[in-house]
Amino acid sequence: MFSYCTDPSTLDNLAWLSCYLTTGKHSAMYVSVFVVLLLLAITAPMALLFGFGAATASRSTILPLRWLGRAYTSIVRGVPDIAFFLFFVIALDQGFEWLRHKVKCPDWDEPIRRGVDFVVCDAAKLPLGNAPQWVHETYGFFLAVLTFAIVFGAFAANVMYGAMQTVPRAQLETAEAYGMTRRQTFWRVLVPQMWVYALPGLSNLWMVLIKATPLLFLLGVEDIVYWARELGGTQNPRFTDYPHGDWRMWYFLALLVFYLMFTKVSEVVLDRIMKRLTKGQATMGGEAQRKAAA
Amino acid sequence: MKKLVLSTAALALTAGFAMADGHGVVRLGTEGAYEPWNFVNDAGEIDGFERDLGDELCERAELTCEWVKNDWDSIIPNLVSGNYDAIIAGMSITAEREEVIDFTQGYTPPDPSAYLSLDAGVDLEGGIIAAQASTLQAAFIADQGWTLIEFATPEETVAAVRNGEADAVLADSSFIDTVVGTDGLVKLERTEAIGGGVGMGFRESDAELRGKFDAAITSMKEDGSLNELIAKWQVSSQW
Repeated sequence: MFSYCTDPSTLDNLAWLSCYLTTGKHSAMYVSVFVVLLLLAITAPMALLFGFGAATASRSTILPLRWLGRAYTSIVRGVPDIAFFLFFVIALDQGFEWLRHKVKCPDWDEPIRRGVDFVVCDAAKLPLGNAPQWVHETYGFFLAVLTFAIVFGAFAANVMYGAMQTVPRAQLETAEAYGMTRRQTFWRVLVPQMWVYALPGLSNLWMVLIKATPLLFLLGVEDIVYWARELGGTQNPRFTDYPHGDWRMWYFLALLVFYLMFTKVSEVVLDRIMKRLTKGQATMGGEAQRKAAA
Repeated sequence: MKKLVLSTAALALTAGFAMADGHGVVRLGTEGAYEPWNFVNDAGEIDGFERDLGDELCERAELTCEWVKNDWDSIIPNLVSGNYDAIIAGMSITAEREEVIDFTQGYTPPDPSAYLSLDAGVDLEGGIIAAQASTLQAAFIADQGWTLIEFATPEETVAAVRNGEADAVLADSSFIDTVVGTDGLVKLERTEAIGGGVGMGFRESDAELRGKFDAAITSMKEDGSLNELIAKWQVSSQW
C-alpha cells in the first residue's frame, strides 16, 4: 500500500504496523465488516416483513392461512439454526436449479440425482458455471440473507403475534363501535399500537442476529470472525512478509470491542424508538411520559 | 410473504438468461489454510504448491480456471452439490472418499505423516493427540484407540500443542516442517505410513473433466515439471 512497504523486515514498529494493517489480506477483513453490516441492514427489514406476514396470517379468519402462519413459526423456530443453514440453503439452491432445469432443458434425458451428485444441465446452473467469482459470492450472500430472514422472521412472527394479542381489547371494540371495518381496525388501531409491545422482543432478536453472523461462513461468505482467526493465526516467515506469533487474542479483542460498540449503538437507537412508540400509549411507560410532561 | 417468495423464485429463474451456455470456467475449490499446499498470501490471494500446480494443469488442459475458497468441513458436500468443479486441497486419496467422489491419479507420492510435539520423548499412546477433523490422521488416531482431539483448521491443532491442550499433532510431514523449530516445537522420529498420495477430487458424474486433469498430471510427471514444483514448495518426496 505505502511506498516504504517493499521490505517490511527493515521497518520499525509503527511503520511496520501501518504496512501490516494495509495488506490485501487485511483489506479483505475490512470488506467483510461491510458485508456483515450490509447483511444486517437487508436482513432485519426482511425478517420483520416475514414476521409481520406470518403473525398476520396466524390470526387470519381463513383457516388454511392460519395453519400456514402457525406451521411456519413453529417449524422454523424448532429447527436448530445450524441444521437449518446446512440443510435448507442447499435444498433452496437445488430447488432453484431444478426449476430452471425444467424450464431451460426440457429435452434432458439423464437423471438429475445420481447417487449423491446433483446434476442439472449447464444452462440451469445457478449462478452459471462461467460466471465471475463475484456473481457466485453475491448469490451466496443473497441465499444467506434469505435464510437469515426466514429463520429470524419466524421468531419475529411469534413476538408480533403476541404483541397483537396484547393490544387492549377495549381499543379494538371502540374502533368497531366507530364503525370501522376489520381491515381499518387492523391497520389504524391494532398495528400502530402493537409495536410498543413487540419492541422489547424484537430488540432481543436484533441483538441475537448481530451475533449470529459467524454462521455465514457455513454458506461460504467470509465474515469478520473467520478473518480474525485467519489473520490472527501464527504467520510463518516462509509464506509471508509479515511473520508473527499467535495473535488471535488481539484480533478477538478487537472483535469484542467492535461488537460491544455495535450493541451500544443499537441500544441507544432502540431506546429512542421505544420512547417514541410509548408516546400516548395506555401503558405504564406512556403514563410516566404524560406525567413527566405535565 | 408468498409474493416475496414467488418473486424471488422468478428472479432466480430469469437471472442469467442473457449469459447462457456454460462450462467455460472450471472452478477449483481449496481450503486456503494448509501451508505449503494452499494458503492465503499477503495480497489476499490463494497461493502455494497447489496454486502453481492448478494453474499449470489448467494451462495444459486448455481450461480457464478460477479459485474458490471453501471450509474443509464442507469441502466435499459443496463439490457434490455443484458449487465448484474440483477439489485441490491436499486431499489424500482414501477408499472412504472414493465412495463419494472420484480422484485423479496422485500428484504427490504417498508420504508418511509425522508428529509434532514440545517434548521429543512424549508418550503417544497415553497422551492426547490433536489432528484436523475429517482427515486421514484423525481417523488413524481414532483407530489406534488413542485420545484424539479434533480441530477445524490445521493452525488450531498446532496452537493446542503450544498451549498444552494436546501433547502432539499428527499431520502431513510437509505441514509439520513449516512450524518445526518455533517455540520449541520438535518433530518426532516416529512416522506413520498412512494415505495413498494426494489427488484432485471430482464429482463421480464428471469423468470427462477428471480425464483432462489426469492427462495433464501425467504430462507434468513425464517432463519433470511436477518434481520441480514439489521441490520448490517442499511438499513431499519426489516422483
